[in-house]
Amino acid sequence: MASPILQMQSITKTFPGVKALQDVTLSVQRGEIHAICGENGAGKSTLMKVLSGVYPHGTYDGTILFEGEEMRFSSINDSEEKGIVIIHQELALVPYLSVAENIFLGNEQRRGAFIDWNHTNAEAAKLLARVGLDENPTTPVGQLGVGKQQLIEIAKALSKEVRLLILDEPTAALNDDDSEHLLGLLRHLKEQGVTSIIISHKLNEIAEIADSTTIIRDGQSIKTLDMVADEVTQDRIISLMVGRDLEHRYPEHVSKVGAEILRIEDWTVHHPTQPERVIVDRANLEVKAGEIVGIAGLMGAGRTELAMSIFGRSYGSRISGKVFLHGKEIQTRTVSEAIAHGLAYTTEDRKHYGLNLIQDIKTNIAAASLRKFASGAGFVNGNEEIKVAEEYRRDMNIRTPNVLAQVGKLSGGNQQKVVLSKWIHTDPEVLILDEPTRGIDVGAKYEIYTIINRLADAGKAVIVISSELPELLGICDRIYTLSAGRITGQLPKEQATQESLMALMTKEREQV
Amino acid sequence: MTAVATPQQTKGPQQPSPVAGLKELVTRNMRTSGIYIAFVAIVALFAVLTGGLSLSPRNVTSLVLQYSYILILAIGMVIVIVAGHIDLSVGSVVALTGAIAAILVIQDGRPWWVGAVAALAVGLAIGAWQGFWVAYVGVPAFIVTLAGMLLFRGLTLIVLDNISLSPFGQPYTNVAGGFLNGLLGGNGFDAFTLIIAAIAVVGYAYSQLRARQGRIRYQQTVEAMPLFVVKILAVAAVVMWFAWQLAHERGLPIVLIILAVLIIAYSVVTTRTVFGRHVYAIGGNLAAAQLSGVKVKRVNFWIFVNMGFLAALAGVVFSSRSNGAQPAAGQMFELDAIAACFIGGASVSGGIGRVGGAMVGGLIMAVMSNGMSLMGVNQSWQSVVKGLVLLLAVAYDIYNKRRASAGR
Repeated sequence: MASPILQMQSITKTFPGVKALQDVTLSVQRGEIHAICGENGAGKSTLMKVLSGVYPHGTYDGTILFEGEEMRFSSINDSEEKGIVIIHQELALVPYLSVAENIFLGNEQRRGAFIDWNHTNAEAAKLLARVGLDENPTTPVGQLGVGKQQLIEIAKALSKEVRLLILDEPTAALNDDDSEHLLGLLRHLKEQGVTSIIISHKLNEIAEIADSTTIIRDGQSIKTLDMVADEVTQDRIISLMVGRDLEHRYPEHVSKVGAEILRIEDWTVHHPTQPERVIVDRANLEVKAGEIVGIAGLMGAGRTELAMSIFGRSYGSRISGKVFLHGKEIQTRTVSEAIAHGLAYTTEDRKHYGLNLIQDIKTNIAAASLRKFASGAGFVNGNEEIKVAEEYRRDMNIRTPNVLAQVGKLSGGNQQKVVLSKWIHTDPEVLILDEPTRGIDVGAKYEIYTIINRLADAGKAVIVISSELPELLGICDRIYTLSAGRITGQLPKEQATQESLMALMTKEREQV
Repeated sequence: MTAVATPQQTKGPQQPSPVAGLKELVTRNMRTSGIYIAFVAIVALFAVLTGGLSLSPRNVTSLVLQYSYILILAIGMVIVIVAGHIDLSVGSVVALTGAIAAILVIQDGRPWWVGAVAALAVGLAIGAWQGFWVAYVGVPAFIVTLAGMLLFRGLTLIVLDNISLSPFGQPYTNVAGGFLNGLLGGNGFDAFTLIIAAIAVVGYAYSQLRARQGRIRYQQTVEAMPLFVVKILAVAAVVMWFAWQLAHERGLPIVLIILAVLIIAYSVVTTRTVFGRHVYAIGGNLAAAQLSGVKVKRVNFWIFVNMGFLAALAGVVFSSRSNGAQPAAGQMFELDAIAACFIGGASVSGGIGRVGGAMVGGLIMAVMSNGMSLMGVNQSWQSVVKGLVLLLAVAYDIYNKRRASAGR
């Protein structure tokens, strides 16, 4: 039996008014991959911040034993010195610096007072090889995709002689290919003796990769499961996470499909700054009233770009093609024009593109439909705003005492409900939902699915873009597949499987 | 639907109770109420240090006259800052618009209003010029207005041929130095001033009461009635005391009326209109505003047009007060106006700030400068103190924000 590399004992951390962690115990064996599961706000990130010294010793109760020694970190530098490296959900890379510069940022390879660039780049190349990335060390990081950036973060960790690698939602922003690669890399590192802690919402990944799993709920450690010895199913993890059985992950729903609402013909979009690059290539699609249509595609297939270019040309250049609403051609040259025609788009990145985080809930809900609250002279009725927001708060089950709470302080699921409320209040006919459940816990996901079903029942045309195929299979009536900017097929719910979708999603690539 | 899942995780981070007591009123508005408390403390401090001199009728009157143009600039500036921009050119615009008015009125002998209208028109044109570069070309406002600062200062020197022009003479100087008094006579004090102030107080109480009733009609929490009455009475007391001081000196300054109208109008514009809300949306999250259908370019353009207009108005007031136009007029005004906004709680990264806050921020600086002048502190030390106050005010703000966000 291996000895534990890390033991966190009776960790309690309180913030003014809240007990974020209560008597949490975590024991990680040497050389294993240890998963931590829990709903958003359960305390996973807080626990990792305690471990990495973001919350210094003395601000919490309990002890941390690393390699059998008690640790008293006063900053993140202390923990990194011991070989504990945390890779956060939001990547901490500088987009304008090269891969090599990013890897050795804060740990510059010097000879005397000057940076030894040859050594830096050579070392970086070795680390890149270790994480299986074939990139030039002098490439600016901003030119690489999220998946590759994630690998660079790991390379950076490896450069610091990491002994315990902590990954916070490493695959949340990755497509299946990149996720697979990353998980493979973790296994590979495990063979080299690196212990990892992985925080993830993707239970299938945890089932696949983890040696043991600790479940945290409401700031308490509920149970640690041995993934090999115990019979662990995803449902078992979910029921431990939410504290009850969740019978179905997707609500039952039968769509009543009506007449066509939206049709796109020959939609072509070019890259905004490199106009010779075609991002979306002659796409055709249609959505009917009451129908939930999915768009499946790998990262970089052009899903978001397709949606945003339709929505007021928010993306791209040299856009051509036609948009029809109820069979009549419409123009969607600006966002306000698109909204006026009854289109709504909820972004995949709600923090950067969807919400004003420093404002309260009511202001965010009213943001896209302010005219509805305004008199002819342009005066906004603040009371009406609150009333409407309160209705959405109850209706959508946004968990907050009142609508004057700051949106930035809500959990991901509640933020997403605010985004949905905002767009539902524009009274759209077509809703394009881009990754509507990204970074949201299991319970809130179910609620979002229910909201999507209600929208369809109300006769709206709903388009759902998602990286998670089970999600699309669970809620959509029909699924389009997108590959390298082309629509490569469409499958009705009954015929679609993960395998058949994946085959269509990678079709174009194999031909090239 | 809605009762679908997870009733467990209702205990989120700190949740304010829905009961609106005094404590919550203070904490909820800590960002802005902190500044009011600081203001009262500073007024009290200088009243003590100057032996009550700073609160004398004469000094109160001259305080208003002396800092009105900074406050006018700060109104426009706070909108610029909330939208995430900055305007460094306003000092030069003050100089140029004052110079244009001086050329027309003093040199060409035209009526006073021709000068004032021309100055305002030039201000609008300057605003449109800067707005064009910021909004439609996409040059950062810092650069556009830094260029404007040089450009308009240079134009001022050219227009004035590098010499001062004075005096404007009576009607024009009334803008900043005139008083409405004696309209109703009085015995040692001006009854008209008091009546206007009383009307203002009644109007304030009425609008507050209506707002309160509106909130009740929409079933929102309101402060308890006694607290509400105390708040109104406190405001009334301050306003009437202020009016009393003015009435015992020279009556109601015309510039104070201009300022009051501007403050009320712009408070309404920023908080209650679609335009105002779009300004906050842009400053809070530009990308999200764009994707919500806000016409970002148009809003940015009008923000700068408005700033140009207010800078021109400040130019008229300032030239009226100094009874002439000087090539070096308005230097450093931009910094005073910007400082007023930040002391008043505006956020450097945009999205947060209020007209009322900027006014109090400006008054804090005004009271300090004035108080120190009364005490005989020289300009150099005044500058040192003002710099430190700006730094500490913003540091306090950041400290507060960090404490608030440590919840998670």
